Amino acid sequence: MEKTKKFIVSHAPHISGEERVQTVMLDVIIALFPSVIAGVIFFGYRAALLTAVCMAACIFFEWGWCKLLKKPSTVGDLSAAVTGIILAMNLPATLPFYQAILGSLFAIIIVKAFFGGLGHNFMNPAAAARAFLLTSFAMPMTRWVEPFEKLHLINNADAITSASPLSLYKAGEELTSFWNLFIGNRGGCIGETSAIAIIIGFAYLIWRKVIDYKCPLAYVLTTFVLSACLGGTLYSGVYHVFAGGLLFSAVFMVTDYTTTPYTPWGKVIFGIGCGLITVLIRFFGGYPEGVTYGILLMNVASPLIERYTHPRRFGKVKEAKENA
Amino acid sequence: MENKFFEGAAEKIKGFISDKKEVYTFRGGIHPDAMKEETKDKPIVDIDAPQLMIFPMVQHLGAPATPIVQVGDEVKVGQKIAEASGYVSANIHSSVSGTVKEIKPSLHPNGTEVECIFIENDGRYEVVEGLKGYDYRELSPKEIVDIVREAGIVGMGGACFPTHVKLNVSDDKRIDYVIVNGAECEPYLTSDHRQMLENPKDVITGLKILMKIFGLTTGYIGIEENKPDAIEVLQNAASLDGEADIRIVTLKTKYPQGSEKQLIDAITGRKIPPGKLPADVGAIVDNVDTVASICRAVTKGRPLISRIVTVAGDCIGNPVNFRVRIGTPFNYIVEKAGGFKKEPRKVIMGGPMMGIAQISLDTPVVKGTSGLLAFGRKFARAQEETTCLRCGKCVEICPMRLVPLEINNAYKRNDFDALMKLNVMDCIECGSCSYICQSSQRVVQNIRIAKAKIREKK
Ligand code: SF4
Ligand code: SF4
Repeated sequence: MEKTKKFIVSHAPHISGEERVQTVMLDVIIALFPSVIAGVIFFGYRAALLTAVCMAACIFFEWGWCKLLKKPSTVGDLSAAVTGIILAMNLPATLPFYQAILGSLFAIIIVKAFFGGLGHNFMNPAAAARAFLLTSFAMPMTRWVEPFEKLHLINNADAITSASPLSLYKAGEELTSFWNLFIGNRGGCIGETSAIAIIIGFAYLIWRKVIDYKCPLAYVLTTFVLSACLGGTLYSGVYHVFAGGLLFSAVFMVTDYTTTPYTPWGKVIFGIGCGLITVLIRFFGGYPEGVTYGILLMNVASPLIERYTHPRRFGKVKEAKENA
Repeated sequence: MENKFFEGAAEKIKGFISDKKEVYTFRGGIHPDAMKEETKDKPIVDIDAPQLMIFPMVQHLGAPATPIVQVGDEVKVGQKIAEASGYVSANIHSSVSGTVKEIKPSLHPNGTEVECIFIENDGRYEVVEGLKGYDYRELSPKEIVDIVREAGIVGMGGACFPTHVKLNVSDDKRIDYVIVNGAECEPYLTSDHRQMLENPKDVITGLKILMKIFGLTTGYIGIEENKPDAIEVLQNAASLDGEADIRIVTLKTKYPQGSEKQLIDAITGRKIPPGKLPADVGAIVDNVDTVASICRAVTKGRPLISRIVTVAGDCIGNPVNFRVRIGTPFNYIVEKAGGFKKEPRKVIMGGPMMGIAQISLDTPVVKGTSGLLAFGRKFARAQEETTCLRCGKCVEICPMRLVPLEINNAYKRNDFDALMKLNVMDCIECGSCSYICQSSQRVVQNIRIAKAKIREKK
């Protein structure tokens, strides 16, 4: 046989799935799209602009960090873009831009880069940044404007504000109707108001096998059951699932790969834990909303959960029972 | 558990929809593209052998065989040219008639140099005298196992474990299940599929011979759902037979469904405990081609000298299944399959999930060669490895319920205590973890090295 170029010799497997980190992140961005659109419908172009600012800031800080350390840029994996959008979805549309940029800095540099970058951070960057903004700028972070309010692109200090559904609940006032919660016609952060948009994103991510259903399901079910019991009515259960940032977090934040447990049972426990903490804060805590702190606390517990939920190795089953 | 519950429920619902047919499977696994269209409907083609045939002394797990011919000897088809050296070893027979040219170390498809017998083919294919078939019903189990051993039969799915060793089960173990493995879960490969379609009688008779060894009246053939024609053909053949109760089990199309442990789990619900063998849970599994070879060895006296090889991949001119004489060099097979239609960058013996990349095409078909695949540049390009995101996908799909990412990390830290604690030795090296990883972590590749190091230490 005439000599051709040498064959490539490598170890099996010789094929792999289609997914790459970029494709996974791109799928998340696609799944976030309906929420962004809903945010723009209800809160106007200010919402779009704020999202763009967060995204650009996150990408910039990621790039800058790599430059600073003279490492190859990791912007291409799109994870910074995802963090930016998720952070924006967790902010009220009226937040001043400089605060949003500070939040982005916190997310990318302090929470992610300081711990070694993608795959090594132990807290969800967007959740941590939101918590940071909540403590630093409590007022602007909890100013909810009425949907369809004409927002000024830069400064909205005098926009008409409304109460969020959760503060209504806490104050014992008349609740937002289910329909308005469902489509998103209510006060709240940009991305968290429209349940239908979030559910479309969820369906897409499940279909693309990007996320696992276990954690979101456990999270939502726990919240539903607990708040139905504590609130005394079924609607209270439904209300707490749809109001606030719960659904959004269930789909986009507790499904974050790095900061949640990798074991199947760990995912369930993580979801239950987040639900529990969220409901306890909402009912008994000082804040109307508890989603962020729930996620952050569980993030910290994640390695521990992982350690105790390793699957049982194949063949280590009580044989007698299996065979009966 | 929760997973299993939902998977089970989904399966049940699906079963109801598709006229209540039960489909069996294991937990975990992946769904690579089957890629079998090119060859699955083409009948097996017999090809002759080239001038020079190569017979490596290692075509099985265990000790290499010892040559019993000398340079210059005349040999015939079916003549034993090397003898098993020890219990876990296997005889090797010539697949052509001609003259022994050389006996020297040469390249084996597994990438190492092993002793090989080179035989010049005289093209006459004269068959050695004295090959004689029996009616298996009149043989004792021991006689059958002896015939299998003499015929040099090994597991032809790729593992190449000597079959007579597998069949020699100590008396204190009772075998309740003999299973023919027709899952063929590796992408591209269709050799077992074609065998089942074209020679269902051999497969069924082979299974009945195995049942006879263990005194059973029921036997099982497991076939993946994506081969409905094979399921139907074997079902008909089994019902025509009338002598024995042969059950065709439909398996879910999923990789690694054809792995011994996962197959036994799917069909019997029994799970082989770590470090144990199928016989320990009362099961024996043999691959389709192996069972057909057992049939031919017992009923016709034919040793194992040929096998079916799928030749496919985007570089092969005319993808096809060949019945090939063992010892035929790969380049001859490629030539017969229409040559390369573009320059191959990677050639694999076996399937893409577990096959071995070849250094050259001068190596021959051995008993475990189920396929020969050739791929171009696009396929061969390796993906760059990026940081593990701890996504848990590898944990979710590992059929052995291991934690591949932690094993991978422990390997990188050189932490052998951790590796042992993570039960690295349980890994069946199916490669599902590397397949699913979006960060292209070389998980199973590292596990293989780790396992080899641990074995060395012992
Ligand atoms: S699939 Fe890859 S990225 Fe995900 S946990 Fe496993 S090794 Fe890490
Ligand atoms: S760890 Fe081993 S058994 Fe598990 S998926 Fe990877 S190769 Fe397969």
